[in-house]
Amino acid sequence: MSDKTIDDPQLEEVDLWVSGTEEAEWDVYSTDEGAQKMRLEETGARLTEQLGSVVTDDYDLDDIISEDERMIINMGPQHPSTHGVLRLQLELEGEMIRRSKCVIGYLHTGMEKTAETLTFLQGPTNVTRMDYLAPLHNELCYSLAVERLLDIEVPPRAEVIRILMTELNRIASHLVAMATNGMDIGALSIMTYGFRDREQILAFFEKTTGLRLNHNYIRPGGVAADLPPGWRADVTDICDTIIRRLADYEDMLKENPIWVGRTRGVGVITADECRAYGITGPTLRSAGVAWDLRKAFPYSGIENYEFEVPVGEKGDVYDRYRVRIEEIIQSVGIVRQAAAAMPKGDFRIDDRKVTPPPRHRIDESMEALIHHFKIFTEGFRVPAGETYVAIESPRGELGCYLVADGTGKPWRMHTRAPSFYNLQALPIMMADSVVADTVATIASLDPVMGDVDR
Amino acid sequence: MTEARTELRERFSEAEWSDSHGQDVVRLSREQLLEFCNAALEAGFEVLADITAVDWYRTRTPRFDVVINILSMQHRRRLRILVGVPDGDPMVPSLVPIWPGANFGEREVYDMFGVTFDGHPDLTRILMPDDWEGFPLRKDFAVGAVPVQFKASHQVN
Amino acid sequence: MFPATFGLACCAIEMMATGAPHNDLARFGMEVFRASPRQADLMIVAGRVSQKMAPVLRQVYDQMPDPKWVISMGACASTGGMFNNYALVQGVDQIVPVDIYVPGCPPGPQGLMHGILTLHDRIMAGKA
Repeated sequence: MSDKTIDDPQLEEVDLWVSGTEEAEWDVYSTDEGAQKMRLEETGARLTEQLGSVVTDDYDLDDIISEDERMIINMGPQHPSTHGVLRLQLELEGEMIRRSKCVIGYLHTGMEKTAETLTFLQGPTNVTRMDYLAPLHNELCYSLAVERLLDIEVPPRAEVIRILMTELNRIASHLVAMATNGMDIGALSIMTYGFRDREQILAFFEKTTGLRLNHNYIRPGGVAADLPPGWRADVTDICDTIIRRLADYEDMLKENPIWVGRTRGVGVITADECRAYGITGPTLRSAGVAWDLRKAFPYSGIENYEFEVPVGEKGDVYDRYRVRIEEIIQSVGIVRQAAAAMPKGDFRIDDRKVTPPPRHRIDESMEALIHHFKIFTEGFRVPAGETYVAIESPRGELGCYLVADGTGKPWRMHTRAPSFYNLQALPIMMADSVVADTVATIASLDPVMGDVDR
Repeated sequence: MTEARTELRERFSEAEWSDSHGQDVVRLSREQLLEFCNAALEAGFEVLADITAVDWYRTRTPRFDVVINILSMQHRRRLRILVGVPDGDPMVPSLVPIWPGANFGEREVYDMFGVTFDGHPDLTRILMPDDWEGFPLRKDFAVGAVPVQFKASHQVN
Repeated sequence: MFPATFGLACCAIEMMATGAPHNDLARFGMEVFRASPRQADLMIVAGRVSQKMAPVLRQVYDQMPDPKWVISMGACASTGGMFNNYALVQGVDQIVPVDIYVPGCPPGPQGLMHGILTLHDRIMAGKA
């Protein structure tokens, strides 16, 4: 057997299924003859290559990817990047994203329809669950819209309480944004730090409003209850702790080469694109536009406080992170000023047609009982009209378009959700970037799906 | 700050301008909409803040009102545009060519009310499942409440 | 027990707060939230389940290997909550079998931990 050569006519190729096709570089022979043939055919170069002395790198990226090799990948509604139920369809070419599309609606709760069945006093319970990271902002927007239609003004103490609570809420929301931003990129300890600091703020909210989240505290006419005794010490403690701990986080992240490397130049959006797509909030400010509704269309007495609007330059993820950290610092400043300037007085308007009377008066006065009954069953009537009120929530312009028809329930309540319009920026930010940047981009945009889907 | 307002008012003086609690509101017809919006964009209203709709079922005709809130950052002004849309032909020209940010908002109005936008690149349902029938925010679409049986009460039908 | 994240809405934030340092879920060995349902045995449905999300929920439940348990966290997951309307599934027990219902809107971290520990006790006693 071993002294047969290739030219031996007896060594015929056995017609097995793979031979004769173009895919097989090698023909399959029957066992012994095949092995012999292969060994004979082996040249010195091929042997050394197989033995590993010559290494050829034949993995050429451009060579392999062709036009029809695009893959559509679904980053499904349930994924660990903790931004809720956002579904992304990415058309990938290798590692690069060529096109992307967001599919939303997985958290649609029919809140606008529910609002038509609830009275104006019950409205804040509904609206507060839209943007669940900044519930007090939702309530404030709705209450301001109702108050504008009613043409009433809340007492000064209520205004200052509202600013105090909403700015604390802004701090809490930005801490969550920082925590999830870090966790998505890989800095897992930031998640624990962000939530740890938030616990202090939530404990204060629980003392004041009764709930950690979804408070139903800011109602049309003022706020639901006065601040608890000892609030000044609590608020001062929160402010001092946040400022002290922020210094730690800055140390950890601001100049960290991994953090900077993963966030600089990623998810860039320009100011013109932001304006064209109606994108507001930290995203717009990171692109260089100093637009903040607290300065442009001030509400609830916020023009009395001194604060700055932090602005970024490049519109990338790093700039958004910096803008949010600076906003926390500015909000702490506003909280301190509000705590120092808290006037004495009523925490809600005295108009018994709008706000329920204090509980102890119900035993004393028949009129108080009737008012209480009417407000909590039928609801107070709002004269017919329509209005649009917008405030600056941690995500951008949060607006409420309210149409009243003279009864106790709104005819139409629509919320202009900042995250809904901000999500339109995603395809722009993700074009021609790698998949790994997707997570960082979404995290920096900070969408809250309750806001998006309502 | 007043240039945008007066310029638009002069150019479209026959439209119905009004004031709602301190905000400028203009009511237009469908035919005037695109021309007005292009003029508004030139006059400095670079941002479309919100687009939504109201269903005036059996209270008013035309049945739907498409409400467009636009914002001018340079002049710090807001403007609201109301466009009446009849029930039989709920179609409005799309604002996506003027403000690309109207994309999601118009899809939501279509999904919730059934008002179509002529010229929209992808008018599909956005909040409801794709095979949902009916338009939820219309007044003749029930809330869909499920009767809740409380423990000590009489049987709920 | 390894929980699978099914954090949908506000309850998800409270679920994350339960894993946070203040109310530490890691002392019960449950800090590691598995992203993939195939590696999890507890599904905590935290938040409101809309009509669009319901098939996804069922699919994730089916992907989990036996034995598996479900905790329905919050009012919206248990019964539809305050949103008695067309858009929500009125109670996630219409889609998946639920072992523990945790009430609250949102339930505080202590409430969720009580629910989880109750489930632990029931499993150890052989009842679930």
